[in-house]
Amino acid sequence: MTNGEHATPARAANGEHAAPRARGWQAMKSRWSEMPQGMRWAGTGALVVFLYLLPNRWFYEYLWYLPTQASDMATVLFETAFFVLLAVGLNVVVGFAGLLDLGYFGFFAVGAYVVALVTSPESKAIVEYNWLADPITWVAAVPIAVAIAMVSGVILGGPTLRLRGDYLAIVTLGFAEMIRLYASRTEGLLNGDRGIPDVPHPVPGVKDATGDSLFLFDAKPYYWVVLTIIIAVVVLVRNMERSRVGRAWVAIREDEDAAEIMGVNTFKYKLLAFAIGAAIGGLSGAVFAGKQGFINSASFQLESSILVLAAVILGGAGNIGGAIVGATITWYLPEWVRGMGKVFGLSFDPSEYRILAFGLVIIVMMIFRPQGIWPNKRRASEFADRRKEVAANA
Amino acid sequence: MLLEIENMTVAYGRIEALHGISLTVGEGEIVSLIGANGAGKTTTMRAISGIRPLAGGSIRFEGEDISKLRADRRVVQGIAQSPEGRGCFPGMTVVENLEMGAYTRRDKAGITADMNRVYGLFPRLAERKKQVAGTMSGGEQQMLAVGRALMARPKLLLLDEPSMGLAPMLIQQIFDIIVEINQQGVTVLLVEQNAQQALSRSHRAYVLETGRIVKSGTGQELLNDSSIKDAYLGVA
Repeated sequence: MTNGEHATPARAANGEHAAPRARGWQAMKSRWSEMPQGMRWAGTGALVVFLYLLPNRWFYEYLWYLPTQASDMATVLFETAFFVLLAVGLNVVVGFAGLLDLGYFGFFAVGAYVVALVTSPESKAIVEYNWLADPITWVAAVPIAVAIAMVSGVILGGPTLRLRGDYLAIVTLGFAEMIRLYASRTEGLLNGDRGIPDVPHPVPGVKDATGDSLFLFDAKPYYWVVLTIIIAVVVLVRNMERSRVGRAWVAIREDEDAAEIMGVNTFKYKLLAFAIGAAIGGLSGAVFAGKQGFINSASFQLESSILVLAAVILGGAGNIGGAIVGATITWYLPEWVRGMGKVFGLSFDPSEYRILAFGLVIIVMMIFRPQGIWPNKRRASEFADRRKEVAANA
Repeated sequence: MLLEIENMTVAYGRIEALHGISLTVGEGEIVSLIGANGAGKTTTMRAISGIRPLAGGSIRFEGEDISKLRADRRVVQGIAQSPEGRGCFPGMTVVENLEMGAYTRRDKAGITADMNRVYGLFPRLAERKKQVAGTMSGGEQQMLAVGRALMARPKLLLLDEPSMGLAPMLIQQIFDIIVEINQQGVTVLLVEQNAQQALSRSHRAYVLETGRIVKSGTGQELLNDSSIKDAYLGVA
């Protein structure tokens, strides 16, 4: 752990920099890491300010073709940020610890439903079962949702993390589907497909200039909330990655048997990664419930789990920056393309082909660059090693 | 005895790989376990390290039953292994791999000293501290795996096929180093297909055939045993 590359916290900024280019990217990266620390902090600060300003029309209208033309920029930014948060969480599980988790959205659902149950005046937990006398505020509900999502991660992970590879994927997939089916088919607590309405928006007390509550239908404040959460989560996760815990994750991912022989309690660290992923998924669900004001089982489709996974792999599993870039591209690009047909005078809307294009991109990537757009350095050599092994066995 | 294995059975599903083997390793010894592919050598090593559960029998280390002990606790107790084949962490550098070997330790000064000791044994590794293990040659990775196991400062060092895939000259060298490590006070249990080298360097040895120990004796005895010569040494 004495390695020079871990020495500078400002490298965190690296993780948030814009989309990489094949050529000159290495040069940019090394120039960035050779800059004095103060400069890098300033660069990071500028990026953060830029991101906070981004949803304001008076700011983004100066950004040429970058803003979305056909949909509300602030809404798209909120959705993108939200998707980024999901990707950062899944990256801990899939990228750091190398666990194929297909049930990520199960935890998202847990987080969303917990918030809805304790905050909505319509919730059966309050009106029928009297577990709570009165609904609580969204802010108070978030930690509860995160904690319960985390506990459900531990409960699911406890027996299943002893399994490896495909088995884990199957069990987690089953978990997410169970949650969704339970929510949709049973009247019970969760109201079936009618869902739970009237989930309060976050912090009703905060007013804008005209005296209305800030958190209503404007997506900007939600974007700011999610952006703040992302920054906090990235700092936290980044610190973990660089600690003993992170080293244990790398070892498990690269060779689980060898990690165990080195004295790593592999089960404990896998469970930890799983629980952190679950907590971040739950947190995302809590934010989602607060923004939508209504949730039912339709919000938690299997495709969503797979889309987040695809984004993480596309960006570069194991690298926080990669996950962010992958998620941004996966969500923002199709929305951006939506308006571009008009701008370029095309007779069709190219965004109708976005799923097709995305599938093709994923296939091409997996053939030519399986480590993702912006891979973790280590991860790239793990892939090289695996290729060598395949070649040797062929 | 440092390590006493009694009637150990290991199964993969319903298929038994080891049918009750017993062996001992005394403090300060080099003991080797020879046998053909699929005889159960690696399974034995995995069971001793705790990454394969026992179906029956027991393993005692320094007199204590460790059969049910978790793998990571066994490292703390003093058992380290250099696993078969490409057991290095391919994405980690040489230094990082060695640091992983010392994962259970907290004594920084001791770790640094041991790292220098490993560099002394394997000068090649010292030249490649910052190189990523996955890009190194088979021989270098083998050295790294042995060095990494030493970083745990083990009482018992388990070496699974340390000579596999190495050039003849390197084989000689790695066995010299094993003897040197042993002389520095580390007990060694060695699994080998290269029976000639293993037997000539070991105090004692066991011959494993399809999950059973069929013969044991001092290295010299087995070297001169005619059936061993036929089966493992390739001399008539």
